[in-house]
Amino acid sequence: MLPELGQVALILALLIAGLQAVLPLAGAQRGKAGWMAVARPAAYAQLFLLLGAFVVLTVAFVTQDFSVKYVADNSNSLLPMVYRYTAVWGAHEGSLLLWTLVLAVWNAAVAEFSRGLPERVIARVLGVIGLISLGFLAFLIFTSNPFVRLLPAPLEGRDLNPLLQDVGMIIHPPMLYIGYVGFVVPFAFSIAALIDGSVDARWLRWTRPWTNIAWGFLTIGIALGSWWAYYELGWGGWWFWDPVENASFMPWLVGAALLHSQAVTEKRGSFRGWTLLLAIAAFSLSLLGAFLVRSGVLTSVHSFAADPSRGLFVLIFLGVVIGGSLVLYVLRVPRLEQGAPFTATSRETLLLANNVLLTCACAMVLLGTLYPLLADALGLGKISVGPPYFGLLFLLLMTPLVLLLPFGPLTRWQREEMSRPLRMLAPWAVLALVLGAIAYFTAPQGKWKTAAGVATSAWVALGTLRFLWSRFQSKGNRFTAEMLGMTLAHGGIAVFLIGALLVEGLNVQRELAMTPGQTLEIGRYAFRYESVDELRGPNYLATRGHVQVMRDDKPLAMLNPEKRAYASGGQVMSEVGIYPGVFGDVYVALGESLGGQARAIRIHIKPFVRWIWLGAGLMALGGFVTATDRRFRKAEDKR
Amino acid sequence: MNPVRRRRLLWVLLLVVAAGIATTLVVFALQRNVAYLYTPVEVLRGETGERARFRLGGMVEKGSFQRTPGSLEVHFKVTDGDALLPVVYNRILPDLFREGQAVVATGTMKDGVFVAEDVLAKHDENYMPKEVADKMGMAHKKHDVQAPAAAATEKR
Repeated sequence: MLPELGQVALILALLIAGLQAVLPLAGAQRGKAGWMAVARPAAYAQLFLLLGAFVVLTVAFVTQDFSVKYVADNSNSLLPMVYRYTAVWGAHEGSLLLWTLVLAVWNAAVAEFSRGLPERVIARVLGVIGLISLGFLAFLIFTSNPFVRLLPAPLEGRDLNPLLQDVGMIIHPPMLYIGYVGFVVPFAFSIAALIDGSVDARWLRWTRPWTNIAWGFLTIGIALGSWWAYYELGWGGWWFWDPVENASFMPWLVGAALLHSQAVTEKRGSFRGWTLLLAIAAFSLSLLGAFLVRSGVLTSVHSFAADPSRGLFVLIFLGVVIGGSLVLYVLRVPRLEQGAPFTATSRETLLLANNVLLTCACAMVLLGTLYPLLADALGLGKISVGPPYFGLLFLLLMTPLVLLLPFGPLTRWQREEMSRPLRMLAPWAVLALVLGAIAYFTAPQGKWKTAAGVATSAWVALGTLRFLWSRFQSKGNRFTAEMLGMTLAHGGIAVFLIGALLVEGLNVQRELAMTPGQTLEIGRYAFRYESVDELRGPNYLATRGHVQVMRDDKPLAMLNPEKRAYASGGQVMSEVGIYPGVFGDVYVALGESLGGQARAIRIHIKPFVRWIWLGAGLMALGGFVTATDRRFRKAEDKR
Repeated sequence: MNPVRRRRLLWVLLLVVAAGIATTLVVFALQRNVAYLYTPVEVLRGETGERARFRLGGMVEKGSFQRTPGSLEVHFKVTDGDALLPVVYNRILPDLFREGQAVVATGTMKDGVFVAEDVLAKHDENYMPKEVADKMGMAHKKHDVQAPAAAATEKR
């Protein structure tokens, strides 16, 4: 009975989304206050209904109602309790339900926290969100209904993909979705502004915190995904340029560009059209990501059962959203007024460079991701684009970005004598180079990469500190939350660079055959393979290895990597043994048996690897702190 | 030419040059880092041409898997139903590597043996582009079709 209730809730939500899409938009056009007033209650009602549907599906998982096909496909009676909750979004239908729920949360939040905006604007913004919600609900109900019954009900379900039976999986998708879907707010705002034909600085000030929060969550989501891949896939890597990773990275890059360009438009009035375009692009890329993952055109670790009708639906939806937005953009954007003029040496120019580099990086990722599809369609053969393509181009594009970064905050708006920030930063540039040189001569291997990592990271960190210093020197200037957020995010980049480049340079990796008692020495470390034993888990049987790790001849840790064979489906998964540390991880994965007592063992030493995710965390925090700036709230007080 | 026009022209030139450099770099990077997929029969026919490094897709022939005892080195044969190609690999195999299962290996040919640097197994859903699955799907079919036919001939 309950699943049918969930079904009804979804259908009601669809109808209400239809109302929210049509009435407020029409009302804003015709100046009918009554029609516009529908928007807010409709948003709240959708949240209520989708929350209901989500709870119903969760209950079905917890009580193991195998008469629901989705539950039977993705859980079984051996599944531990925690994973019954998280299995809700473990496959396509449920994760789409989560997606629409997250959209409903943003929708209701916009309805709640937009009281300071003119009624006409908010009616349009909510109307556009309603349209998007309508699309996703239709997709959910017509192609991917999670409440479909399976009669007669099987006695036992299949299993949740073992890859997903993990703590990281509990929070990775919700965070990612909050980020993805959050870009709907700047998107809806852009469409509303284009319909209206003007971009009011006050409205823009209102959208900035939304963009920052969405981007912050997306950052956390991506970082969690990378962390999860690191310890769950057992390959020791943290980024693979996999199509689905790319799909989440593209909106992130454009989102980062959007944050900066919104700041320019809000403060100086410049880049109006560009900001609107970026907001459209950020959300469109989120949708494209959804298409790439859902349609199965690019299969990867994240893909669910491919279904052509789903792919077609998303493709049409994508076409309507992107095509419609761009047509509107082309028709309306020439009407927007220009901002204050600026010279070639000004903060505007630097932020323009930031935007150009970030969007180029995004275009490059997009090309590399879609190129295999394109080549296949053109009959050029079945190909794959290797990570070196992305690595090389990313390096070329990000180097100038990182080198220019410290100049941005120190350069004045509109016009600047370039010698002033240059003078301020010159000593720090020298110091960064010296640190890089020291790193070059002390690194045991990967000298160039290590030196580059230390120098660029020190450059960004010192440049950011220089900015802090000049803020505190000048009395009377307030230090706003926005500045703190920027400092945190830029500091996060410095921390991330240390992690990413030092791992690249100093990482040691060995794959070898070991027999019990054998010891492998790598630098200060020694690894002794002791034995393996059998271990019975709740829903798997594991072979567990015992590897004694020593540093400077003193015991450091006993690592227990596992190879788990899951009871249902017989899938085999590796569970890595990690000794984590601030300055590096020791990472051991178990390979296959090599006959006799020999075992394949994979050993990594990964210096500073945690700084990658720490840096991402700081960037996200920067986004959140910026969103709390008092100036953004003041906009709401003024009616 | 007045100053405004000259500046515009300069900008346009700059953009064209930047776009040109960008395109060249992208094309260059793509060409060097694209790996084509071939099945054993295509490799034996010499379709790989100049490309030294490519991906080999197919199924692991049943009964062809051999391990040098106590070491990582393994030998197996990859088939697409029409031809067999010997493969040597010296690293840890993926969890789902099995005889009779689809596999994609990246590497180079050396003395008639494919020396793999990297092996991905199907069902190890990790990082497997769909095209690979398509081609391997075809190999799968050929294989399945052939086997019963062979069995039928034997009965006669």
